[in-house]
This record gives sequence, structure tokens and C-alpha cells, in this order.
Amino acid sequence: MQRIGVFVCWCGSNIAGTVDVAAVSDALKSEPGVVFSTNYQYMCSQAGQEMIKEAVKEHKLTGIVVCSCSPRMHEQTFRKTAAAAGINPYMVEIANIREQCSWVHKDMKEGTEKAIVLGRTAIAKVHLNAPLVPGESPVTKRALVIGGGIAGIQTALDIADAGFEVDIVETKPTIGGKMAQLDKTFPTLDCAACILTPKMVDVAQHEKIKIYSYSEVVDVKGFVGNFDVTIKKKARYVKEDVCTGCGLCTEKCPQKKVPNDFNLGMDNKRAIYIPFAQAVPKIATIDADYCTMLKTGKCGVCSKVCTAKAIDYTQKDEFVSEKYGAIVAATGFNPISMEKFDEYAYSQSKDVITSLEFERLMNAAGPTAGKLLRPSDGVHPHKIVFVQCVGSRCAACAEKGKEYCSKICCMYTAKHAMLTRDKYPDTDVTVFYIDVRTPGKQFDEFYRRAVEEYGVHYIKGMVGKVSPEGNKLIVQGSDLIANKQLKIEADLVVLAAAIEPDRSARPLATMLTASMDTNDFFTEAHPKLRPVESPTAGIFLSGACQGPKDIPETVSQAGAAAAKVIGLLSKDKLTGNPCVAHSDEMMCNGCSSCEKVCPYGAITYSDKEFRGPNRTTLIRRVASVNEAICQGCGCCTVACPSGAMDLKGFASKQIMAEVDAICK
Amino acid sequence: MENKQDVCNEIIRRSGVNPRKCMKCGKCSGTCPAYDEMEYHPHQFVYMVETGDIEPLLNSKSIYRCLSCFACIDRCPRGVEPAKIVEAVRLEVVRAQGNNHLTPNDIPDMLDEDLPQQAIVSAFRKYSK
Amino acid sequence: MQVNGYKPKIVAFCCNWCSYAGADLAGSNRLSYPAEVKVIRVPCSCRVNPMFILRAFQRGADGVILCGCHPGDCHYTSGNYYTRRRMALLFSMLDYLGIERDRTRVEWVSAAEGAKFAATMNEFAEKVASLGENKRLEDLRCKK
Repeated sequence: MQRIGVFVCWCGSNIAGTVDVAAVSDALKSEPGVVFSTNYQYMCSQAGQEMIKEAVKEHKLTGIVVCSCSPRMHEQTFRKTAAAAGINPYMVEIANIREQCSWVHKDMKEGTEKAIVLGRTAIAKVHLNAPLVPGESPVTKRALVIGGGIAGIQTALDIADAGFEVDIVETKPTIGGKMAQLDKTFPTLDCAACILTPKMVDVAQHEKIKIYSYSEVVDVKGFVGNFDVTIKKKARYVKEDVCTGCGLCTEKCPQKKVPNDFNLGMDNKRAIYIPFAQAVPKIATIDADYCTMLKTGKCGVCSKVCTAKAIDYTQKDEFVSEKYGAIVAATGFNPISMEKFDEYAYSQSKDVITSLEFERLMNAAGPTAGKLLRPSDGVHPHKIVFVQCVGSRCAACAEKGKEYCSKICCMYTAKHAMLTRDKYPDTDVTVFYIDVRTPGKQFDEFYRRAVEEYGVHYIKGMVGKVSPEGNKLIVQGSDLIANKQLKIEADLVVLAAAIEPDRSARPLATMLTASMDTNDFFTEAHPKLRPVESPTAGIFLSGACQGPKDIPETVSQAGAAAAKVIGLLSKDKLTGNPCVAHSDEMMCNGCSSCEKVCPYGAITYSDKEFRGPNRTTLIRRVASVNEAICQGCGCCTVACPSGAMDLKGFASKQIMAEVDAICK
Repeated sequence: MENKQDVCNEIIRRSGVNPRKCMKCGKCSGTCPAYDEMEYHPHQFVYMVETGDIEPLLNSKSIYRCLSCFACIDRCPRGVEPAKIVEAVRLEVVRAQGNNHLTPNDIPDMLDEDLPQQAIVSAFRKYSK
Repeated sequence: MQVNGYKPKIVAFCCNWCSYAGADLAGSNRLSYPAEVKVIRVPCSCRVNPMFILRAFQRGADGVILCGCHPGDCHYTSGNYYTRRRMALLFSMLDYLGIERDRTRVEWVSAAEGAKFAATMNEFAEKVASLGENKRLEDLRCKK
């Protein structure tokens, strides 16, 4: 039997104004197990807390009920008081007689009656409380960043600068991501490479950062502070530690017809390649799908020209296992496929391109060395039409495109239009828009400049179709303000394709048990207050994998994610929430119902030996809960058909006792 | 003339289209092959039905200029289906005249090889029901 | 709250993250609702076992209301979806047993919706009170 002390707070007149506190403490005195009951003006004050401590000593209390404000307010305070008085902090229950009683009821009699019932309910619960000790787990002081774009780079640099080891896993042969493909960046028009490549070099030279390029995460086990990750290093057929990046092999390789994915297939590369001059790490990679040596065994030119002897045609995929304390997802985005928007003739004409392709055309390191030339005939275009919102803002019922606004298109289209007019004043530029959305520092000013100073024609309306005729493109669209249908003869059409999360994000989320929304963007733990954390402990989000973002936003989110990781890694031990699920192995029948509903993957099954009748042993499949992962929602307790699963601190018996006390 | 809003509600009910889904991008009108023939254009049909400004549509020849090619339905990013609205407005007029110009039995004789199937369906939609 | 002189007993289960905070906010804003409503705090609406609701009706509750985060806002990402399905089943069974639909309810109340919490409780209590005393479920295991 517990020895319970009841402490009724007046909260000045906040409670005492509508609840007869003396009557409450008197009434609760006669409850079973209550050995002490009192009331005081401010229970949370120093004097009130001392009163509790003394009562614990004097009456040898094992449980405490405080009738006061909401537990969301002062539960922690009174738990600390209990701990200071030498009893387990989880032996404290709060009866909420302020927010949910005195403040909502005007009548003294009614309020007092309800307060007594609430007190009784808390007493009934305390009777069944058990001392709880939060679990502790060690923290591996190393972070993993998945994705080596600007988001991953910034997160890794920030974490490494705080003194923690960071590994970056990037599927491409080089880090840099989408930003490395861009020409200029809005709204300042500084060149993307000029601001990105120094950061890439910083990453390469940072003693705390290790880059796994041309690699993938294939398995994640464990939990916050203790992740075991398997990384697949894809065979690049070049010894990473030997290759000097001289690039001789990439000039001599006879296989010249390999579509260059870095330039989005607008030109060709060799079968052995370095994606671009500033690649990090600057190591050659052989594309096994095109390499004559790997396919037929006859060639070997690269191996002959390589003075460092770095080529190794026998290289195999390699698997590395590492331990991490925290994981950051920074998997980024891709433009969507134009397959379902064939009215814009993307598949019919080479001169209908996406904005990212336009970006490569304008880039000095791109397929045209920065000259704006039509992909079909290499002629300079004199009339360019930009179409915005291609695949963005589509209703789900239309079954193509994305429902969300891709956020960056208005600004990069304004940038493209402005750059074109700046470099080629003889080129006429028209932009079809639905709305121009420019909420950002210096963004609207930028867009207005494109219109007012550079003379870009913005037309409110949408293009209905593009039809190639000869070497022209007939763009048919509406001008809603003039109430006209326009037919424009254009040389080049640029589509602002919607962006979507990278395909690798979905399988990764499954591995991480991190949740995603219907668009495959990672969900944050709280949309406003915890925007860079996944609901799964130890998983953090950086960049466009969480939602469409421009570069400034990505960088600030990357820094925020790094701060959260640093906060986690700087702890030596993690203290868990002790109110977690617990399975009674004797009652568990191994049905997996709990495992299926657990949103965190905290429940695992294993075969265990049990003593059977007549000295036999039985092997049974039983559930066990990893207390470090469990967040204590209790969903499994309801799914469990045998009643083996229960939640500490909110046990079924405790809640039933509360129900009984209320219904008495 | 009965209440304009009632007429609009009836058109919305009959077409099964929710004009509020429209984000006013104008892609329907950008796509419409009969645009120049029409006094009121597909996006205006949607907008005018939404706002209850139905009389000009009922009195306009535009309702007979729609080819029922359904390009607007195919390309509308919001799934609004403007052609169905045009259709429903047309029916509002045709039904009031009490004329059914076509019965299913008339169809087989009128078919010929070059007639697009869409046109048959469209003819049904225009004149029958 | 009294209808025809009857004061109902109402048990409200509220999830810790949204609805309990919503109930607190109703208090902070001094929005009154009947004293017959008594709240039990649970970590998530999905912690509410149908057993708890049956127990309440066994012990003489006249109405049970379950409040959780709005769909999509669950602190534990998916708990309230389970609640929604479980309660749909349970309530239809209770209806079959003779406990009217109006005595049971699931409502989504966010931490910012103090006014909604109070309004919901007022409305629910009035409905339950107008239904009068509930049939008490009996536990046959206790019957000799």
C-alpha cells in the first residue's frame, strides 16, 4: 500500500477563488492510502516545495498528489522536488484543478466537487504508479550526412567545425549537387561555382570530414546515438587513393558517345570521366555501361595512358560499416519528367528544354561554353518563351504533376530572362505566368528589374500547346489580361519544370523509419517548432528533401540541422523518456501486431528460450521494445491482442483506475 | 428568368464540375482550338459560372462554338474540366427549348469512316440526354 | 449542465500534445464548459484502448469523448489515424449494444483550439444530458 501525501494549491486566488481548497484537502484526507493532506497558497514556490519535502520525510510518503495547475506547467517542478526529497520522480501525479477546473467553472460548489473528483482520480493513479528510471544510452560522436549537395556540404562543414567527425555519402562521383550545375544564382547574380567550389574544397580539406563519393547507404540499423550504417561504395574501376585527377584518361578514351548526365545529356562524355573540372574528389570514374574494356575485354587505353597506374578493371562494389550518433538526410531534388506534359512538345523538339538544361546552356562550363545556342541547330535564338508552373500546382485529380508550388521557379525564370536580355539584347523574351511569387529578401525587386529595366514581357496566362513547325516553335497561349489567344513563333521554349524529391529518398526513409508526406518529402517533427528534425529521434533534415527550397533557405536549414546534430553529439549519454512501452514476455504470443503499428520501428521480435513444463525448454517468438527508440505513444498497447504490451506511466490499469474514480 | 444562382447551381450539379478549383491560369483558353470563334472563352465560362454571371453565356453563340475536343479537360492542371461546364450551359439552353435534336437510333445512318469518335460522343452530349 | 434535472457523467480522454493543451487553453481563456466533463490525460489518442471506454460505460459513465490531434498533426505521426478507425468500429458496436451514437464521440482539437474544446464539451454534454441516464453495461464475469 502506498503512503500518499496530497498537496492542494490555492494558486493565490486562481484556484481558491472558485474551489474551496480546504474542503478539497479535507475530503481527500479520507481516501485510502492518503496519510497526509494539506493546502498552501503557492505549492510551486520555494516554501511550498519545502513543505512537500518535509512531508515526505515526516510521513514516509511513497507517492505525491499535487492538486494545482496543469501538469504541462509544473509537472517537471514537482518531479524534481520529489527527487530532491528522495522518492522517484515518477511517483508524482498532478490533478489539474486550475486550467481544467477553477478557471472554467464559476460556481464554488461545482468547482469544489470537481476538484475532489480530480484529486481522487490522481490518487487512484498514484496507487498504481511504479518508480521509473529513464534508460541511458551512449552517443557515438560521429555524424552521417546523406547527400553532398549544398545542403549536405553546409551541414557537414558546420558539424565538423564544431569538432565532430562527419561522413558524407554521395551517389554521384562528385559532391556539389544541383548547385554545381547552375550558372548564376538569384537575386544577386553571383556565379554558383564561385561560391560553391570553395566550400567543396573546404569539405575535401577538412580533417574531420570524410567523403564517400559514388556510394550509397544500403542499410541502417540502431537508434538515436547508435546507428549502424552500411555504405556501398560502387566500383568506379579507378583506385581512389592513387588517381591524381590529371584527366589524361578522359581525353584518350576512345568511347566518345556517352551521354553526359552532368550536362543533362546535351553533349557527350567519354566512358571514363571526371564530371567537371572542380569535382571533389577529383577522381576519374568509369561508366561500366559504356566502357569497351569492361564490356568486351578489348581496349585498356585508359590503363595504358595512366601514369599513376590507378585503373583497376577488376574492382568490385565494396561495403563499409560505420557507426554514427546522428544522421542527416540531405537527398535533395530533381526536376520532374516532362512525359505527362507532351502538349509542350518536349519529346518532339530539341528546342523545348527545361530550366535546368537552360542553366547548362548559359554556363561557361556547359555544352556550348556559355553561348546561348539552340540545341537542335546551334543557331542563336532570337525569340525565347518561358513557361512557368509546368507540373507545379496541379490538382491531385488531374493525375499529373505536383500539387505544391515548387517555389524556386518564379525566381530562376526571372533570372534566366534577365541574363538572356543582358547578354543578348537582340533576343526577345516572353514569360507566361500564372502568378509571380517572390517572397524573399530582394526577390520582388529582382523580378521587377527583369520587367522594368530588362524589358522582359510577362504575360498572365498559360501556354496551352507548343507545336514545332519547321525550325520554329509555335507557342499557343492565352493572355488573360488582353483576353486574347496568342500564337508566338519562338526559337526556344524553356519549361520551368516542377521539382520533386530525389527517388532515393523513399527507400532511405524506410531504412531510417523517418516519415514522409504524400509527395515523398521528409516530414519534420513539428512544422513550425521543429522544422529540421524528423519525428524519428536522431534523424535530421537538411535542404530540399524536406520541401522545395532556394539556396539561401537551404543553407540556413542546413546550419540549423547541424546545430541540432551538434547538440546531440555533444552529449555523452542520452537520457530517454521512461514512459515507454514494455512487453510482458510471458503473455506475448509473437503475433507482430504491435510491430506493424509502431511508427518508429522500436519493436523487434526474437526467439527466446522459456522454461516449459517438466523441465523442458520452449522456444517462443516474443516482442521486445527498444526503450531508446520508443517515444511512448502507446499505439502498440491497443493493438496487442493478448495484453502483453503496456505503457509505463500510462499503464492500462492506471487509466482504468482513473476511469473508475471519475465514474464513482 | 429564374434566380441566376439557381441556374448556376444546376449547371454545376449537372456538369459535376467544381469551378472553385480553378486557379485562373488560363491554360484552357491557351489550348482551345476554337478560341477565336468564341465570344466567351473556356476560362470565362468557368469564372462566370462561379460568380453567377450566367446570362451572357446563355445568350452567347459561344456555347455552340465549343468543339468538345476536350483539350481543356486534358490539360487543365487543376482538373476543373471546363468543357463540361460549356456542355452544361449548352444543355441549359437546349433543354429550355425542349428540343432533342438526336436520338440514339438516328446515329448509325450518320456514321462514316472519317468521323472522329469524339464527334459522335460530343454530338450525343450536345443534342441528346 | 442539467437537462430535466439530470447531470451526466462524462469522461474525456485527451492526448497530451494537442487536446490536453487545448483544454488548458480553454481554461486560460476562461471559457466555461460543464463541470461534469472530466479529463484523463493520455500520451496519444491511440493509447485509448476500447477497453477503457467499455469500462467507463460499465462504471456508469453517460458519455465518453475522445480528443486527439487533427489528422496529419499527430505528435507520433500516425496515432490518430488508428484512433479514428478503432473508434469507428467500437462506436458502431456500442450503438448495436444500445449505447446511442450521441454518447460517444471523437473530436480533433489542436493545442490552439481552446474555444473549440469548450464548444465541443458544451455541445456534447448537452446532448448526453438530454439522452438521460445511460444503460449500464454489465460485466457478466462479475455475475454469479
